[in-house]
This record gives sequence, C-alpha cells and structure tokens, in this order.
Amino acid sequence: MTKNTPKIPKIEMKNVVKSFGDKHVLTGVDLTVNPQESMVIIGGSGTGKSVTLKCVLGIIKPDTGSIKVDGVEVTTMEPSDHDKLMSTFGMLFQGGALFDSLPVWENVAFGLIHGQKMSKDEARAVAIEKIRAVGMGERVADLYPAELSGGMQKRISLARAIATSPDIIFFDEPTTGLDPIMADVINDLIVKCVKDLGATALTITHDMASVRKIADKVAMIHDGKIIWTGTVKEMDNTDNPYVDQFIHGRAEGPITKHSDLAA
Amino acid sequence: MTIVLNLCHTIGASILNFLANIGTIVAFAGKSIGHIFKGPFFGRNLMRQFMDIGYYSLPVVGLTALFTGMVLALQSYTGFTRFNAEGAVAAVVILSITRELAPVLAGLMVAGRVGASIAAEIGTMRVTEQIDALSTLSVNPYKYLIVPRILAGTITLPILVFIGDLIGVYGGYIVSVHSLGFGSGSYISQSWDTLQTIDVVSGLVKAAVFGFLITLMGCYHGFNSGRGAQGVGAATTNAVVSASILILISNFVLTQVFFS
Repeated sequence: MTKNTPKIPKIEMKNVVKSFGDKHVLTGVDLTVNPQESMVIIGGSGTGKSVTLKCVLGIIKPDTGSIKVDGVEVTTMEPSDHDKLMSTFGMLFQGGALFDSLPVWENVAFGLIHGQKMSKDEARAVAIEKIRAVGMGERVADLYPAELSGGMQKRISLARAIATSPDIIFFDEPTTGLDPIMADVINDLIVKCVKDLGATALTITHDMASVRKIADKVAMIHDGKIIWTGTVKEMDNTDNPYVDQFIHGRAEGPITKHSDLAA
Repeated sequence: MTIVLNLCHTIGASILNFLANIGTIVAFAGKSIGHIFKGPFFGRNLMRQFMDIGYYSLPVVGLTALFTGMVLALQSYTGFTRFNAEGAVAAVVILSITRELAPVLAGLMVAGRVGASIAAEIGTMRVTEQIDALSTLSVNPYKYLIVPRILAGTITLPILVFIGDLIGVYGGYIVSVHSLGFGSGSYISQSWDTLQTIDVVSGLVKAAVFGFLITLMGCYHGFNSGRGAQGVGAATTNAVVSASILILISNFVLTQVFFS
C-alpha cells in the first residue's frame, strides 16, 4: 500500500455518544477497523461494549457522532439502504438468539431465505454445509434449538452468522457461558470462519483467552470511551494502567467497581 | 404549600407519562399498519397466527357463548315472569348475544388467552435478542412478528364471534325449549323475527376492532418488554389489562355509533 492511496476503513466511529435517560453509556467512542482485520473490544461489564456494537449494527441509534461502514455514513441512512447494508453483516449473539419456533436448519438458512430470497431447498443445502463447517453433523438440522446444549447453540448461531457470507461479522461475548474447552473450540471456529470468508470481524469480550486467539487488534473501552488501541503483543507490554489491570484481572488499580457501575 | 406542590408535580408527571404512553402506542400502531400494505409478506406466519388466535380459541369462545346463552335464557325467564313477559325471552337472548355478549365476552376471553401469549412470546424474543437477530438478518421485525398477528386477530375475531353468536343462541334455545317449556318452532320464529342485520353486523365490527386492539396491545407490550422474567411478566399483565380496558371503552363508543 502506498501513502497516497489510504484504504477506507471498514468501520469508522467518531465521537459516538449514547445515553439512556441520565445514564451516559457512550461518551465519545472513536474506533477504526480496517478491512479483513479482527478487532476485539475489551472492557468490564457495563462499560458500553454491547451498546457500541449495537450502534454499528443500527439496532441502537446514537445520540451524536458518526459511524461509517465502507466510508458510508450509517446513522443517517434510509431504512431501505440500511436493510441492504444489514445483508452484508453477520452477528453471533451472546445467548445465541436462535429462533425457538424454527428447526436448526431454518435458523441457519433464515438470512438466505428471507434476506437473499433463496429457494428453501437450496438454502437447506447451504445451511447443512455451514452446520458441517462448524463441526456438527447433518442430524442436528431438523432438531429445534431447545434440544441443543449451550455449546451446540453457539455453534449453530455461528453457522447462521456466516451463512450469508457476510463482509463484516460481529461477535458479542462469543465464549460466555461455555466451558474452557468448548470456548476454545468456538474461538478456533471463529478464526477459521473469518479467515475463510476474508471477512472483517468486530468482537466484544472480556475473555482474555478469546482475545489472544481471535484478535489482530485490541481496543479497550472504559467509561464509554476507547482508551487504548494496539496489537495483542502491544497489549501484553503496555504500561497503560487500565489495560494492565484488566488483562491481568486485578481487583486493585484505576478501574474500580464504582466507576464500572457509574458507566 | 410544599405538599400541594409535590402533589401537583406527581399528578402532572403521571398525566405526562400517560400521554407519552398513548403517543408511543399510537406511533407503534401507525408503524404496524403502514407495514401491512408493504411487502415482503410472511404467509406462513400469518397462517400460524390464524391457527393460534382463531382455531385454538374456538373451544373457549364456544363454551363461553354456550353457557352465557343458557344463563341469559334462565335469568330473562325468571325476571320476565314477574311482568308476564316470558315471550320476550327469545328476543332478549338473540339481541343480547349478537349485539353485546358474544363480541365482548369473546374479546375478553381472547384477550386473556391470546393477548397474554403474544406479549409473552414477543417479550421473550426481545429479552433473548431474537428481535435484534431478525434485524441483523435483514428481516423487519414489524413485518415478521407484528403484521401477521394484527391481521390474524382482526380477521379471526369476527369469525369467532359469529360462531359464538350461533352457539350462544343455541344455548338459549336448549334451555328455553327443554327446560322452560317453550315451543321449538315459536322460539325460533320469535328469534328470527326480532333479529336485524345491524344486530349481527355491529357485533362483527366490534369483534374486528377488539381483535385489532388485543393483538396490538400484546405486540406493543411484548415488543417493549423490560429485561428478564419480571419484564416479560409485566408485559403480559399490561397486555391483558390494557386490552380488556380498551375493549370495554371501545364497546361503549361503538354502541353509541351504531345504536344511538
């Protein structure tokens, strides 16, 4: 890449602010994610990680600030344009968010059938391919989500997130509630799926094992602001007291329970 | 003085809150109705709602109508014998059932059964992020969740009420003929002679309005459900209570429109 042709960031957030009543969740988030980069946002509970992600997705509208995807402002986008943009996104929700009323294969194929208007037979074939890609057999295709374990639901949710071959995949606490082995399996699958698709990934987590496995770059959010950004190696060697406290999981340091709750 | 100011503040805040809630409900209804006329349409969801709201409500509406008709005949007979007006039983039963009792009681029963179910289902979807998941999969939650329920409620409740009319009148007939000694032919002819088209039509129009209100309240409270089990529980209660109150208020307004 030359200096004269700077690449357009895949996601660019500038001074994004969001409050719920008198609770100021985001107080000026600035974040840049480059194409095919895996960015992981870390931070304690209640610091604004999920709200940041949902602002980019358009599920929550920020009060002020700019969010651009591929250089296009999304906060002022028309609903029809936003629907088109959504078709380039994939999302793995913290709890899986699988539709209870639909069998597994229809959950995975949902975006293909309703978003891309693919025929049911074709969509089922793609869904089964994606179910296999996350290490599960075809036999689960006709089961319902309630019949699956938590780890299996996460895998199916991952299969749904990648089914439409999205440009950007969002992961919301992908390993929360899983045992360490299943968490590692999910991390490996995330890395494999993102690389295979050549997608950009934005993950939020407080699981440091996930961060070390998934991240190309790490951003730390605290009190509704991104306070540090760098690579995993830079994270391990940083002298930033907030990052240092967080990655080592120390109770003592500049991050206090009070400030987390206040955020 | 401070107590008076505090009281004024509390009353004022409550009124503002009440008006704000009405505003959000009207906006939600407007948005939902707007999506009825724009594709894509989810036919399979609509059929499922026809079954859930219409077909599965049939037993409860049928039983309610049957026993209401039977009790109405008994009570009318008991009261009218004091004035030697037993002959009016057939007319009272058929007019009461078609104009008021079938639509209102069916509406209240369906509000309890369907309104609660809709609020709980959509509220749980909200809490477990399934509604957010719909958006990320390029599917509008209004079109997928709200429109089929509102359409199914508005269309099926008049059908349920029409069936309830028949069953309720039949309940009155059973008691009148087999218990109170009325002649079968004269009871039927009295009922038929009394009945006018407006009696049935007004009941069916009321039913359509009630169906709309029940499903709208269920969807609104579920869609805006608070977090956790408590949030879903509150949404369910609010859906049933608000739908029931709206049924009673709109029944009065519609009765004024049709018969005053």
